[in-house]
Amino acid sequence: MANKIRVATTSLAGCFGCHMSFLDIDERMLQLAEVVEFDRSPITDIEHCTNCDIGLIEGGVCNSENVHVLREFRNNCKILVAVGACAINGGLPAMRNHIPLEECLNEAYLDGIGVENPKIPSDIELPLLLNQVHPIHEIVKIDYYLPGCPPSADVFWKFLTDLIEGREPSLPYELVHYD
Amino acid sequence: MSKTITIDGKTIPFEEGQTIMDAAMAAGVYIPHLCHQPEFTPHGSCKLCTVKVNGRNCSACTYPAMEGQDVLNETEELIDDRKKITQMLFVEGNHFCPSCEKTGNCQLQAVAYHLNMLDNHFPLFYPDREVDASHAEVMIDHNRCIFCTLCVRASQQKDSKDVFAISGRGIHKHLIVNAESGLLKDTDIDATDQAAHICPTGAILIKRTGYQVPIGERIYDHKQIDQVSLSTEHPKHGE
Repeated sequence: MANKIRVATTSLAGCFGCHMSFLDIDERMLQLAEVVEFDRSPITDIEHCTNCDIGLIEGGVCNSENVHVLREFRNNCKILVAVGACAINGGLPAMRNHIPLEECLNEAYLDGIGVENPKIPSDIELPLLLNQVHPIHEIVKIDYYLPGCPPSADVFWKFLTDLIEGREPSLPYELVHYD
Repeated sequence: MSKTITIDGKTIPFEEGQTIMDAAMAAGVYIPHLCHQPEFTPHGSCKLCTVKVNGRNCSACTYPAMEGQDVLNETEELIDDRKKITQMLFVEGNHFCPSCEKTGNCQLQAVAYHLNMLDNHFPLFYPDREVDASHAEVMIDHNRCIFCTLCVRASQQKDSKDVFAISGRGIHKHLIVNAESGLLKDTDIDATDQAAHICPTGAILIKRTGYQVPIGERIYDHKQIDQVSLSTEHPKHGE
């Protein structure tokens, strides 16, 4: 057990679609569980990373908490992987980058259609939003990238089995998609 | 005896007046390109077709083939340069493939797939660009324009109109249309014009057609751009 490869995963400014796609490896998860142990991940509910071999990051960085989590992963993972379009280029959340943050908040919480009790959330527990959404390679060094929205289950499988079996990970043409 | 050049050591015949790109395509050799289409005057702006000719970098689409040229095309260095160029094209605009209706049919994306580009490498610009949806049938999404000028050339050379032009320099470069209002609806463009269909990215689109073919069944979902380019852009290799 002690020799298992430790994998941590998280979703920052993502939709958990990449995690769902990862679970689409289906019964291959059993094979994976023989050699891999999950550390911090929505799969385990472990709150903080300890020393890991592989960290999978879904989503870009949109608030202060995302920055802290990303740095925690970088500090604890030997190999850090940007998973999916949002981690790689900000993705859909980054489409707010052209709109001033105040306008976004006003539209969502004050002026939007169907808003009840208009008030911009200000609980101190809430992480502060960044002015713009950023891809994760702008914050920390990233070792590998898995493009796709989401990357298919086969992309996760190919990448992880390459790494686990000691090969330099590579994706053939049919596994490279940005959509 | 016809004249010849070599590309990656392979002997390629050419005729007087042909560019390196012309000769390569006629011989079934793919050189990546985005701003080039054989039926239009070469522009040489995207630099993806950069090849090494007798030790010097040249744009294959504009450089004339000459007897005895030793051309390098698929070297590790050139492939890496092309990947960097493609990454720069991506970060300079707003290319969000999952929300673009051109995805799967986009040549920018297809070239990136062909080069196995998995990341953007550079910081993203997120430039502030407009969408012009004023015309009833054709729209411009400036977020995705890579300034290849194919629409400019198609409008002038095929449609006998003058709908498009590039204005400004450097980072301020942008596509403009020939109307005082600056809006596409006030130009004489028609949805049947070649200029409305030539865009290699999703910058110029025909409205209400984007999802007629589902994602996953599109041109580059299963075929690489080298295959598609040779078979559609050069009649000799047509399927």
